[in-house]
Amino acid sequence: MGQHVIKMPDVGEGIAEAELVEWHVKVGDPVAEDMVLAAVMTDKATVEIPSPVEGTVAWLGGEVGEQISVGAPLLKIEVAGDGNDDAAAAPKPAAPQAEDEDEPAAPARPTADGAETTANRQPDDDAAQDAPVAPRERPDTPAPPAGKAARDRRLPAQTRKEGDKPLAAPAVRLRAREAGVDLRFVRGSGPAGRITHEDLDLHLEAGDRPGAVAARAPDNRVTDFKVVGLRRRIAEKMQVAKSRIPHITYVEEVEMDALEDLRAALNTRKRDDQTRLTVLPFLLLAMVKAIREQPGLNALYDDEAGVVHQHGGVHVGIATQTRNGLVVPVVRHAETLDLWACAAEIARLAEAARNGTATREELSGSTITITSLGALGGIATTPVINHPEVAIVGVNKMQVRPVWDGAQFLPAKMMNLSSSFDHRIIDGWEAAVFVQRIKTLLETPASIFIED
Amino acid sequence: MRDIKCQLLVIGAGPGGYVCAIRAGQLGLDTVIVEAEKPGGTCLNVGCIPSKALIHAADEFAKASAFAAGGTPLGIHAGEARIDYPKTAEWKDGIVRRLTNGVSGLLKKAGVKHVDGWARFRDGKTVHVDTPTGPQTVTADHIVIATGSTPIELPGLPFGGAVLSSTGALALTEIPQKLAVVGAGYIGLELGTAFAKLGSQVSVLEAMERILPAYDEELTRPVKKRLEALGVRVLTGVKAERHSASAGTLSYTDGGQSGTVPADAVLVTVGRAPATKGWGLEELDLTMDGRFIAVDDQCRTSMRGVHAIGDVTGEPMLAHRAMAQGEMVAEIVAGKRRAWDRHCVPAVCFTDPEIVTAGLSPQEATAAGLDVRSASFPLQANGRAMTIERDDGFVRIVARDDNHLVVGVQAVGAQISELASYFAHAIEMGARLEDVAQTVHAHPTLGEAFQEAALRTLGHALHI
Repeated sequence: MGQHVIKMPDVGEGIAEAELVEWHVKVGDPVAEDMVLAAVMTDKATVEIPSPVEGTVAWLGGEVGEQISVGAPLLKIEVAGDGNDDAAAAPKPAAPQAEDEDEPAAPARPTADGAETTANRQPDDDAAQDAPVAPRERPDTPAPPAGKAARDRRLPAQTRKEGDKPLAAPAVRLRAREAGVDLRFVRGSGPAGRITHEDLDLHLEAGDRPGAVAARAPDNRVTDFKVVGLRRRIAEKMQVAKSRIPHITYVEEVEMDALEDLRAALNTRKRDDQTRLTVLPFLLLAMVKAIREQPGLNALYDDEAGVVHQHGGVHVGIATQTRNGLVVPVVRHAETLDLWACAAEIARLAEAARNGTATREELSGSTITITSLGALGGIATTPVINHPEVAIVGVNKMQVRPVWDGAQFLPAKMMNLSSSFDHRIIDGWEAAVFVQRIKTLLETPASIFIED
Repeated sequence: MRDIKCQLLVIGAGPGGYVCAIRAGQLGLDTVIVEAEKPGGTCLNVGCIPSKALIHAADEFAKASAFAAGGTPLGIHAGEARIDYPKTAEWKDGIVRRLTNGVSGLLKKAGVKHVDGWARFRDGKTVHVDTPTGPQTVTADHIVIATGSTPIELPGLPFGGAVLSSTGALALTEIPQKLAVVGAGYIGLELGTAFAKLGSQVSVLEAMERILPAYDEELTRPVKKRLEALGVRVLTGVKAERHSASAGTLSYTDGGQSGTVPADAVLVTVGRAPATKGWGLEELDLTMDGRFIAVDDQCRTSMRGVHAIGDVTGEPMLAHRAMAQGEMVAEIVAGKRRAWDRHCVPAVCFTDPEIVTAGLSPQEATAAGLDVRSASFPLQANGRAMTIERDDGFVRIVARDDNHLVVGVQAVGAQISELASYFAHAIEMGARLEDVAQTVHAHPTLGEAFQEAALRTLGHALHI
């Protein structure tokens, strides 16, 4: 039997470490080749680590939420025959190579240009390449203590197992008996799942009392979740955006009847291979057109360097809700796309984001962002700018509202746009001009497609 | 005589019955208790209490004898040790009297009516009692059977004359010169050891392969060693046959061979049987559980309104179990919600050294499907044990491997019986090894061995 060491692969250019966001296996689990072992996350992309070998998981290199250096052992697999773990034979002093890489890596921020030239890395290849490299295991941290520590940590929070007799002091048992409570159905918060007087109180308050109204009982539970992975990224990102960017939010309503008619007509006539049109591709193209007149809105503001990087290419981030949280896949070079291509790209990216297959490149490099909560209703939002961008356009729900045409109220399909701008770079006047321009384009959709 | 009607009738005023009656009286139930003998049952009259008094007297005499013989490491010398055994017996009986009178007083104080006599069921609600003043009928809504247990006889050695039950041994007015004890259970060893210390030449015959067969061998080893030191001859795997009063011997067979041990008196302690005869059990047709009356977790029998508690309901036949059951049944009859949910009933062997068990032994825990860890701490490393000249024995803890819940404690050592309730409390409260380890234990006491055993089970005992 040998051990096969799997190391943290290089998941992105210049990335020194990645966050471990999920273990798919635990120590003792059998694994087959290509079975997913873990998920790690860099700036935006979540990468799954598959097993290059068949065997049994012998050791896990960290806890979910930990940052793991690229090249550091991630997990070890007990394999038949020789493994690749010669640590015992030739222990090397721990000198994490990752730390050396840290210097140049830190300031490197993926840009649209950089992303274009970077080949799409396959994590599978990385894992396979990395495996044979001599491991940097520290001889003073062998596997058994990790297992023991895990067991000790587990103790305090553990509740009793299914089928175990309820554990409670005699006084608690007596009170429960008198209250007609079967302790088997009471949660025990004490050590080893012991049921305390407080647990019994909670149970009684929660409505086990005859005639009690469960819905009105106060719920004093506090459930703790560790903010890790994508949620931590989102939290950090939102905090940076809101604490550094003085937002100005501008809300305007847009009459959508003409665009809706056009959209309906195009959808009726569309070819089978064409993606069904939503409002988004129209908005995207309208934004491209408006940006051509106001290029300052398609920019990244490096406030530390005091430089605005105004981009020619319009890379539009589409805020997308996934099972794990908010991600922003990017439609690259929207200025090169026609309506159908635009619709296809939005649909493809949304799907990739939702099922977790979006690549790192597809999730970074935007220069302006669209956020849409339209489906859920709401008449206005105050979108948070996707830092370091300077503008974000929010779409609200379209609905039929009465509109005064000067003589009478007429029903019209109205939709609000709620857009935020970095007020350090974008004046209110510029913001208003931009939104009004988009409004005009959407209300007269033909103008979106007419070259000036 | 006018018939008596009551809410609760208790048959038998042993520890289970009298506690049940007192509690019922406290709860305002109209309660009657029937007992043919003095209140207190086996425990107070012919069991726990007089035997402990005898054991104490024997220990004191042994001490005095040792001082007289000289050569004790304490450097104490004394004159010849003599015992006036009738006086010893009188002192012992005085304690019994004080306690039984106390029970009578408590019953009276609780408003319980005492009917003196032997009860016999007529049906599930009615009992006839032959009292010294004539027959009496008692009708009750609820009846509690607390008739207890009696010593088991051997066919070849019926009680009477020189063949004694534990009751007979406690009633002796002189110390037998040569005593044979048949049955090396806790009763036989307690009394056998006491008489050995009082000067009897004691032989113990046990049919099983070792003494105290109900306990694991590790626990009984210090007792075996002590018996040897006291000069008690222990024969295991033998079958007692006949007693010859003229020859002063008890014959036995050992496989195909036979032999004799000297015996002026023979104490037969081969167990106790539930007292299910002579009070009309046959009139009730109750469901039985082997020799015992079957009861549920509320001590209800198969007949509505009829409860049973104590030895008549099964093992362990211990006074404190009966008392807890009696209290519970009184409260159930008074309309309170109660059920037997105790985790353990501790047991004490007043042998030398004493043995205490509470909860599960390692073997029992494993048999129950638990993954357990266990460790013991020897009294050899306990300061207090050394200062009372008794560092033989140990304390052992059995805990679940996964959550360290203490599921059992066993201990053997001089004076260790005083820790029995402490062990039971730890189990009943759901203590984990860490709870025991983290409790500051007073120094120097035997209880420190419990803490050390917990620490050792956790892998970091301090004093070993």
